[in-house]
Amino acid sequence: MNEMNEVRKPPVATTGIIGWLRINLFFNWTNSLITLFVIYCLYQFIPWILDWTIISADFKYNYLGEQITNQEMCSRNLDPENGGACWAVIYVRFYQFIYGFYPKVEVWRVNLAYVMLAFALLPLLYAKLPYRKYFLYFTYIFPVIAYFLLNGGLGFTEVSTNKWGGLLVTLVLGCTGIALAFPIGIMLALGRRSKLPVISMMCTLFIEFIRGVPLITLLFFGMVMLPLFLPEGIDMDGLVRVLVAVTLFQSAYMAEVIRGGLQAIPPGQYEAAKSLGMSYWRMNLLIILPQAIRISIPPIVNTSIGLFKDTTLVIIVGILDLLGIGRGTLADTNWLGLSYEIYFFVSLVFFIFTFGMSRYSLYLEKKLKTGINMGAD
Amino acid sequence: MRSNLGFFSDEKFRSIFFQTLVIGLFALGLFFVISTTSYNLEKRNIATGWSFLQNPAGFDISFSPFLEFKSTDTHLKVYFVGVLNTLLVSVTGCIAATILGFILGIVRLSSNWLLSRLVYIYVEFSRNVPLLLQIILWYSILIQLPRVKQSLQVLDVFYISNRGLYSPRPIFESGFSYVFIAIVLALISSFLINRWAKKRQDKTGQQFPVFSSSIGLIFIIPLILFFILGSPLSFEHPELKGFNFKGGLVIRPEFIAMFLALSIYTAAFISEIVRAGIMSVSKGQREASAAIGLKQTWIMRLIIIPQALRVIVPPLTSQYLNLTKNSSLGIAVGYADLVHGFGGISLNQTGQAIECMAIVMATYLSISLTISFFMNIYNRSIQFKEK
Repeated sequence: MNEMNEVRKPPVATTGIIGWLRINLFFNWTNSLITLFVIYCLYQFIPWILDWTIISADFKYNYLGEQITNQEMCSRNLDPENGGACWAVIYVRFYQFIYGFYPKVEVWRVNLAYVMLAFALLPLLYAKLPYRKYFLYFTYIFPVIAYFLLNGGLGFTEVSTNKWGGLLVTLVLGCTGIALAFPIGIMLALGRRSKLPVISMMCTLFIEFIRGVPLITLLFFGMVMLPLFLPEGIDMDGLVRVLVAVTLFQSAYMAEVIRGGLQAIPPGQYEAAKSLGMSYWRMNLLIILPQAIRISIPPIVNTSIGLFKDTTLVIIVGILDLLGIGRGTLADTNWLGLSYEIYFFVSLVFFIFTFGMSRYSLYLEKKLKTGINMGAD
Repeated sequence: MRSNLGFFSDEKFRSIFFQTLVIGLFALGLFFVISTTSYNLEKRNIATGWSFLQNPAGFDISFSPFLEFKSTDTHLKVYFVGVLNTLLVSVTGCIAATILGFILGIVRLSSNWLLSRLVYIYVEFSRNVPLLLQIILWYSILIQLPRVKQSLQVLDVFYISNRGLYSPRPIFESGFSYVFIAIVLALISSFLINRWAKKRQDKTGQQFPVFSSSIGLIFIIPLILFFILGSPLSFEHPELKGFNFKGGLVIRPEFIAMFLALSIYTAAFISEIVRAGIMSVSKGQREASAAIGLKQTWIMRLIIIPQALRVIVPPLTSQYLNLTKNSSLGIAVGYADLVHGFGGISLNQTGQAIECMAIVMATYLSISLTISFFMNIYNRSIQFKEK
């Protein structure tokens, strides 16, 4: 009688690896055909890409064992039959990719700034960081430190911005653009929702204008028109002019994202704050903005990803960011024809940063969702 | 103390005070900028005004499929060529990105794990690498294609080389305009038939074969007309003469690179939008439609897609706007669009930066506004209507 009560296990074909395979890959015959076709394509493609990128690639030495110093020494140029990527170009030019033409003696300053940047970002990324308050103080003064560290002054020798390049410029543009655009974006968002018609109209016009034109026209504006607008004697640095354009651009997008957050705040919050006798600024600073910004952090990260990718546009106005250094290297006769290696490397660096940011925004979204649900329950 | 500032705590007064202050500061800033700018322009001997538009450009534009362009043409014509090129790459890019994005978005939801993973990898790579880099990469692939003499031949009529894609150029003879008119009339009438059939079905429940009748109208009638008129269409084939092809239709690598990069990049975003849209339709809808016995394809067409579109269209609009604005990156590969042709070369030749940039910005603004205007109309038409 015991057999009757025994719990029967599900059929083998629906559980474990076999079950998973059946459900996800071989559910019916069309599905199976697709799976087989995809596997065939991958079988053709993956060995080839592995061979090109790793197995027959040169990293520092070619297949004769010589250290590669120009493209003629790459294995694939010596013997086109066997030889893959020639990563030696990245190896040789690595310094330029990371620091541009920053003097080698002073490069510790850039390294220190990179490390400090990581520490400054830490309290922004992890809300549960121990001693977060003190870390945040550091974050607030970091831009000042970074300015003197990178640019010079306060006893440091000056390194003019035309010597900056590569990842340094990409990070400076991205971080400064985002950091400056954040407060401006908040002001614009508040302005657009303001009850004063003149202010709301001006903010709306500004936001819609910036969002309606491509970034490249704003960069041209910064490069060609800004010098005409300023009185004689004020000579703006090229990087600063680009930064003005990038910040204007980003703040309009940031404003729209924050406005979305502001709209999500129930009117009861405004009414409650006003009934406590709070002024407009106190109400916004203490009640509304903290909540609105908390909701809009994921889209803020998303627009920041967009900006980070868009910083590559500065090569069009002659600033050498990571992609600019890549193109510059390609124009060098020593490294002609290695476009795939260089573009692959630059893409990879961007991918690491942007993919990391997008994962982080997803994580925040999940955390926020559960947080709000718990509050509602 | 308080009584002295009594008028200041009056909300009405404060509002007027601050707004006047802002207008005043703005006017002051504007005055400052205008006066310094006019001083600077005068000092640098830069001309002002719009007369430069009538001056000859003095440079050639290699890709101008709609207007014939010579170096003696005016800057105004450079502008029109630029606008047309911008619109060409934007419109073709939007169409391709939409088709690719919808396919990928649906495939991403496929029950086949491998396929959906593959699309996921594509989406992540394409979204997370800067567009400019992708444009430059495509361009560098295209210009590494074989030279003209060794060009790849596809289907005997297309030639692919590092100078672009050469294809036969259609030559429309006199009778072809009738065929064209027939196609336009057929499109209008099939649209009207579609509306009438929908109304009739709503009223009586009777169905009308809209699809097959439209196919008949749009393809078969013009085709019959075409043969009756004695095939008034011929092709001019490209021929290799010396170092280059003569005749035929040429699509430059700059355009192909822009088109590929823009559509592949935007398709990744659109596929995510489509995926989110389809997932937003609740499971109950699918189950209910299956319960009343609808076929799988009908469930998708009649139940899922119409509801998903409500979620899809607003973000899709902003993707179209992005694509149009991103087409300005053509300058990186020398695609003669609005920014490269007019805002770049013309600006450098005339030095009239303010006028050129103002025109370019105004044009982009109007294109953006036009797109959002039409997409808003479309969006309103598909929104849920309470009866």
